[in-house]
Parts: sequence; structure tokens; C-alpha cells
Amino acid sequence: MLISRRGVLAAGAGLAGLAMLPVAVRAQDAAAAAPAQTADEMIAEFTGGAQVAEGDGVKLTAPEIAENGNTVPISVEAPGAAEILLIATQNPTPGVARFSFGPLAASQDAATRIRLAKTQDIVAIAKLADGSFVRTAANVKVTIGGCGG
Amino acid sequence: MASRREFLQAGLATSAILAGLGLSNWSRAMAQQALTQDRLLQFDDFGNLTLIHVTDAHAHLRPVWFREPDTNIGVGGAAGRVPHVVGETFQKMFGIAPGSPEAYALTYPDFQALARTYGRMGGFDRIATIVKAIRGSRPDAILLDGGDTWHGSYTSLRTGGEDMVRVQNLLGVEAMSSHWEFTFGTQRVKELIDKCDFPFLGANIYDAEWDEPAFEPYKIIQKGGLAVGVIGQAFPYLPIANPKWMFPEYSFGIREERMQEVVDELRARNVDLVVCLSHNGFDVDHKMAGRVKGIDVILSGHTHDAVPEPVLVGETIIVASGSHGKFVSRVDLDVQGGRMAGFRHKLIPVFSDVIAPDPEMASLIEEIRAPFKADLGTVVGQTDRLLYRRGNFNGTWDDLICRAILEERDAEIALSPGVRWGASVLPGDITREDIHSVTSMTYGQCYRTEMTGETLKTVMEDVADNIFNPDPYYQQGGDMVRVGGLAYTIDPAAPMGSRITDLRLVAGDVPIEPARSYVVGGWASVNEGTEGPQIWDVVEDHIRKTGGAGQDAPVSGITVKGL
Repeated sequence: MLISRRGVLAAGAGLAGLAMLPVAVRAQDAAAAAPAQTADEMIAEFTGGAQVAEGDGVKLTAPEIAENGNTVPISVEAPGAAEILLIATQNPTPGVARFSFGPLAASQDAATRIRLAKTQDIVAIAKLADGSFVRTAANVKVTIGGCGG
Repeated sequence: MASRREFLQAGLATSAILAGLGLSNWSRAMAQQALTQDRLLQFDDFGNLTLIHVTDAHAHLRPVWFREPDTNIGVGGAAGRVPHVVGETFQKMFGIAPGSPEAYALTYPDFQALARTYGRMGGFDRIATIVKAIRGSRPDAILLDGGDTWHGSYTSLRTGGEDMVRVQNLLGVEAMSSHWEFTFGTQRVKELIDKCDFPFLGANIYDAEWDEPAFEPYKIIQKGGLAVGVIGQAFPYLPIANPKWMFPEYSFGIREERMQEVVDELRARNVDLVVCLSHNGFDVDHKMAGRVKGIDVILSGHTHDAVPEPVLVGETIIVASGSHGKFVSRVDLDVQGGRMAGFRHKLIPVFSDVIAPDPEMASLIEEIRAPFKADLGTVVGQTDRLLYRRGNFNGTWDDLICRAILEERDAEIALSPGVRWGASVLPGDITREDIHSVTSMTYGQCYRTEMTGETLKTVMEDVADNIFNPDPYYQQGGDMVRVGGLAYTIDPAAPMGSRITDLRLVAGDVPIEPARSYVVGGWASVNEGTEGPQIWDVVEDHIRKTGGAGQDAPVSGITVKGL
């Protein structure tokens, strides 16, 4: 059957899927202090309405197509950043994680696995040492698959 | 063409000598001379290194008929660019005369008539002759296999891929990449790797749990005083396009950063040349060549494209060598100061009636086939038409398979995977070996299930996006799912979710209703525990009952718009 992955995704919306991902879940809980927040609201809160530059300064690594939408490996890196906000824009709860780096952090990067409800953009916004913000995004496709040649 | 040549010279180092790319030589030779082995193998040695590339044989040990596609739609930047050029347009682009041997080898028009004239192509005994001849003049030539070698035939299924490893070892393959190899399952892949006299490379194959490299990423091959770094790149979407439960330990992906990291590592080790032995597919390789810096040559596989000239992207050349053993690429390179300073290339067509079989390889193939001889040769029925698969949408083989599913499994709708492998059959006998050529796999159960119209539409949209997404990194390299009992209109350039319209049942010509359930039969499910008879048995039963392929009622109705 071609379709059951989608079935699994839908069924996994309960607790079973979450239990597999303790790290991501904790991060998501922390980020989603206000559960009803939209992606835009979270970004506005994080940046305090400051302007956000596109591109250099923050790097997001994610697969183009997820092998398993329930556990998608992603990593983010922003040299010199104080904080990085990670958002799955189309998830029911968009917040993924908010990483804070202390002054003694040897590097400003983090990797985790996240759960994606469907094909969507993952957005990373870094707050740099000088207080400015940079943003990048990666589109991750969640597909049924099954017909590769 | 002239401007492209100038660009080649400008783009590479000044010592580049590009006296005649492969195709122009080949075209002229073909047009002016009768086909002879000497002519096919004619090549003026060039530079100081030779690469030999074979890929995507799909375990076809013996020569085959293989009709190239009549439809290969390119989207976005790939529109109108090789390999998304077919038929007469392809012939014009490369100066190929209609009806010529190269027209037969590379394009579909008049395939059936030309097949009778020029004969079957491929066969590993012929490939062995070519490899030996090249090594005769260039003893240090490096033979690289792009993968999809172990899967795709009756003998490979029955021997668990071991027949192909024996052939590769005898041929002297020096490294390989992979895709369908993994459908034998992790355990079997490991057993076969132990039997290989060469490395099985995969820079993008990771341990799924620990997210760290699981295979050798590259091999530095020392030949003729040069250090050649060969990077393996497996098909990136194996766990999506094929059943990941068969190899749950591994994760794949394009992993562009990883490729750059590995190239940089090789450069830091002062190799003279970096070669990527890729199973990405042509469009993915084309994009990757423009983004990863420092690859000299990409030997491209997966999408089964036979491209007569290397395609240059920046300072990287991409060489694509077709499928099913039809072609062997020879690439001579002038390597100076740690980079490619020039090249000469020839896509050698393996005309089996012209190239003499190598006796040693012929006898190994004979030995491999001997235990299965009766099965392989069993005539199951006849076809009154050419049976072929390759192309973006249903071929005649797919029509026959879909009809078999509809009738043998009593389904309203049939779905058959859009794979690009499977040889053609000329009008006449259909053997059991022919059926296996288009169906053989380790997960061939023919399921019967129910799907709502809405789900069906979702499936079709999903598959269409895997082929027609304008960003090659989101493409999986197959063709559109084949359908039976179903008609639809597709606009490849439309966004995902709106490419497929006007879904209808062929029977009664009524619209598919989103909420209604339909009985659907299909095969090659990626899900564990799929039940049903093997598809090759379903097809064989159907052919035996009906006498063969000869019904004229359309099994599907596909309209392509927006081109």
C-alpha cells in the first residue's frame, strides 16, 4: 500500500510519536510557552520587532525530502550567536527550539530531530552578538514515496 | 555548438586540447563507414588518464532491445536541455541522421524497424571486450560502475545479486555506487560487499541512528603516477522510493555539505583528480556540479540517460552513460597540476552483433544462466506489438501489466511503479525472462486494496511532484506512476496539488469521486507486510490466459497539457 505513511503521520499525532523524541519535545515545550502562538508571533517576540536580515550568518542543514516525517534530523549553526530560534512554520505548534549560547560556548551550533506534519519551511533566526538578527529557511518535503526508478 | 566549444576551452586550463569531442567523431564514423568493432572502439588516446564508466545495467547480462523514451519532460531550468530532449529534436541537436545506428541507439523513432536492422545492444561479454580493448591501449584505465547493477533480472533475483558480483569481479570493476542493491536487504548487501574485489562507496550513506557515515566515502586510486579520488554517491532517496524496512540501519539524502566536505578532504590530500561516481540522477548532478566546488568529473547514473557529449557546468564535466548495458563511456583526461586540463570522450554504443563477445565473460554468463535455462527460455505467449516501458507515462509494457492487474486481481484501478528499468520486446514471443526484466524485485507482491478518490488524487500529485518539482533536489528520478482503468490530465509545470485534473474511470468514462472507495491493485509497495501474488506470476497468468498482448481497448487515458 502506498498510502500508509500518511496514515502513520496522522495516527502519530497522539502521544506515541512524541515519546520517541524527548530532546525535541522538551525544546518544543520550552519554545511553546504560549501554545497558541503562530510562527509570526514567535518571531516578533524573539526579535522584538527588530529588522531581520536574510542569509549569511546562520546556516540551517536539513534534508530536502524527509525519510521519515516523524524524526527529521536538522542542524543549525550561527557563529558568534547568542541565541537561535527554530520554527517549523506549518506544524500545529510551530515552535521547535530556542537555543541560548553562553559566553563560554565553544561553538554556536545545535542538532536535533524534529517532527513535521507536512511539507513546509523550517526557519532559523539567530540573534548575533551585536544584537542584530539573521534568518534562513529550508524547505523540507514530506512525501509518500514509492516509485523511484 | 560552436560557442559551447569555445566555452569549454575558455573554462578549462589553457593547455586543453579538445580536438573533436566524442560524438562528432562517432557521427562521422557511423555515417561514412559500415559498423565494425574497430570503428566502434576507435579512439585517439588523449592525455594521461582514462576513465571507463558503466552504470544502471539492472543485471541484464545478455544483449537487449531497449527503446529510449518518447517523453522526458524537463521542468524549470532543465526544460529543453539534455537529457530532456527526445526523438527528432535529439537527433537534430546532435547531428544524428534518422535511421542511422546512432538514431537507433539514442532515440525512439522507427525503433522497431531499426531494431531489426541493427540488432540487440549490450551484454556483459561485449562490454568485457570493450573494456579489454581500452585497457589494451591504456593499461591504467580505471573502470567505475555507477550502481543499479545487482538488481533487475531473473538470474539476479534467484542468485541474490551474486551473479552480478561475479561479473563485476571478472570485468575488473574498481569501485561502485548503489541504489537498488539495497533492496536485497542490509544483510545481503553486506554479504555481497564481502565478495566484491572492489570498494562499495557511498559518501551520503549514514547510520540512521547515529547520523554518522556508514560506508567508505571515497577511494584514492593510484594509477599511472596519478592519485585519483573517486567519491561514491548513492541514490539519495532510497528510503523514500524503495522499502526502507529492508535497510533500516541507513539514511541517505543528497547531503551537499557532505559532498563538499569530502571533496575538500580529497583536495587536502593532494589528489590529482576528483571524480564523483554518482547515482543522483542527471538533473541533481547538474545542480550539484554548480554548487559543490572542486569536482572534475561526475559520472552520472540513475536516470538512465545516454548523453552523447559531456555536459560542462563550471569546470566540472558530467558524463551520463545510459542503461541496460547499451553504452560504455570512455573518458580520456589530461590531468595536470591537480586538475583536469582537457578531455576527450566517447559514448561507445554496444552493438552486440558488431562487437565480439569476450570468451571468458561469455562462459561465466553461460555458467550463471545454466541452472535457470529452462525457466528463462519458457515462452509464455506472444505480442503483436512492441512492448516498452521507458518514458514519463505508460509504455506498452505498462499497459499490459496494468491490464493483468485489473483482470487477474479484479480491480477497478491498477497502479504500476514508474521505474525506468526493463527491456523492450519486439513483436513475437514473450518469455519468462522478458517478464522478469520489467518486474523482477524483492518486493513484487501484487496487492489489492481500497482507496478513496481523494487518496488516489493525493498519491498521483505526490508522485508527479517527485518527477516534476522544478528544483532537481526534490526530484526522485523515476517516471510517473503507471495507471490502468484510469484517465487523467496532467500539467507538469503546475504547482504541487494542482497538476492532476479530470481524474476519470476509463470504464464508463465517469469522474472519480473524492469520497467513493475504489478497488485498487498494484505492486512494488514500499510497506512491510504487503500481501499478494508476485507480479511476474500475475502477468504470466494473464498472458497465458489471453494468449498475449494484443488487445486494443485503451487501458488508460493520459493527457499532458501546458507543454
